[in-house]
Amino acid sequence: MTAYERLCAARAKGRPTARSFIDNLFEGFMELHGDRLFGDDRAIVGGVARLEGRPVTVIGIEKGQDTSEKIARNFGSPNPEGYRKALRLMEQAEKFNRPVVCFVDTAGAYCGLGAEERGQGSAIATNLVRMMGLRTPVLSVLIGEGGSGGALALAVADEVWMLENAVYSVISPEGAASIIYKDASQVERAAESLHITAQELAGFGVVERVIPEAEGFEAVYRDLKGALGTALDRLKQMDAQALTDARYLRFRKFGGLLE
Amino acid sequence: MLNKSMFIKPRNALEGEGGQKAQPSIPDALCRACPACRATAFSKDLEENGLVCPHCGHHLRMDVQSRLRLLVDEGSFTELFADLETKNPIQFPEYEKKLAAARKATGRADGVVCGIGRIGGFETAIFVMDPQFMMGSMGTVVGEKITRTFETAAARSLPVVGVTVSGGARIQEGIFSLMQMAKTSGAVLRHSQAGNLYIALLTDPTTGGVTASFAMEADVILAEPGALIGFAGPRVIEQTIRAKLPEGFQRAEFLLEKGFVDRIVPRSEQKKTISALLGLHERRSMA
Repeated sequence: MTAYERLCAARAKGRPTARSFIDNLFEGFMELHGDRLFGDDRAIVGGVARLEGRPVTVIGIEKGQDTSEKIARNFGSPNPEGYRKALRLMEQAEKFNRPVVCFVDTAGAYCGLGAEERGQGSAIATNLVRMMGLRTPVLSVLIGEGGSGGALALAVADEVWMLENAVYSVISPEGAASIIYKDASQVERAAESLHITAQELAGFGVVERVIPEAEGFEAVYRDLKGALGTALDRLKQMDAQALTDARYLRFRKFGGLLE
Repeated sequence: MLNKSMFIKPRNALEGEGGQKAQPSIPDALCRACPACRATAFSKDLEENGLVCPHCGHHLRMDVQSRLRLLVDEGSFTELFADLETKNPIQFPEYEKKLAAARKATGRADGVVCGIGRIGGFETAIFVMDPQFMMGSMGTVVGEKITRTFETAAARSLPVVGVTVSGGARIQEGIFSLMQMAKTSGAVLRHSQAGNLYIALLTDPTTGGVTASFAMEADVILAEPGALIGFAGPRVIEQTIRAKLPEGFQRAEFLLEKGFVDRIVPRSEQKKTISALLGLHERRSMA
């Protein structure tokens, strides 16, 4: 599959969204709402659940399935209050020593008037800093689109995993095509040049694990469930200082340079 | 000499190829037009006035050398990490050509100058982003140099003063540019956890991945009058909401009103303000 074909698969109608992953992987998910500052952003779903008995905090960017749900969820483009809700739940998880699992699926943080007024940049920046210091394990799974800063704001994690047909990029291929090639129709070329596929990103060390999709999503859920349990048990054994040091070094290594 | 490009008003601050064309810095030109009020002024007068328009007070975009001269005590600045060069991590087509042009235009390997100097007598780690180098975009070198600046400052218990100007993450370094947002944020955190002060001065324009990382992570966030500061660029928002943005949207004054910057500080006051803040946080006097 080409990068563009994977991009289309990541965005395909009917592809399972965050809520399907939450329902299929965890028991007894209880949603918790609101950022305690402004409102409840429905583009982000978060709460507490169990993973084969282990208490976890689960957060997902939810695009919605049918048209009315997509509208209610702003097509999975969070506003600042969504990121602030996510951070509130992560800090709650830290307090109670629960690991955090994030599911990322967004074209990007919302680019609207209200989002800017309420500090979209500040909300994302705050998540990056606080997640870097979070004294409990964080594991993020890119399940569809990983759109730039809006995706990274839930992916400063100890490990980042990706579904085989998910994509992760600094800018949408459409955006890159119009800025770099001055031609919005050059999307396929831009998708190729940006190296957005799971396989390429695993090669760069940006993701630790690629989950195959060939056998369908039941198999994806089964694989993920087993792998998540093992990874969280392993991460839970690290003391908080070692954990946050390793997380910093994980990101610190990007950008080998000529001196 | 006068040339036509000096009189073209950019439609907005992010317009134009790398910014250089839209708002050139031509030190030997006799006079320049203010991009805001269009009145012309002698270049010499403008420079003596800190590149602030004598007619309307507009703060013109400032090159790195002028910025260092404005803020840092004379002769006190030692540049660090100047030779770092990108490995072109995703081999993006045509990137080498763009880089070569930016290097030629600026005489720099990449888009930020870092070092240690004194501001009002206080020893400080400093970074100044370069609007003339691919619009201050952040790729691996900018991310690495800013990270090292925070790490060096943390190791020596120094404050950091950072001047931001950026179109955001550098597209040509793909996912590696995005990762710099997390990396610099980690460095800011570690510097902060050791009790050190970080002051950011946000200048026109500060957008995208820089706003969504170290620009908004400072203990004290200062901004230049009229600076465009935002996550999404104005044109992207207009396309998203299919409407014109209100006057003054995403300007420094708007961010102050909404609670996202601490103070707006004109150039004439910047050194004094930053020195006063450094003095208030001096670690030896607090020990």
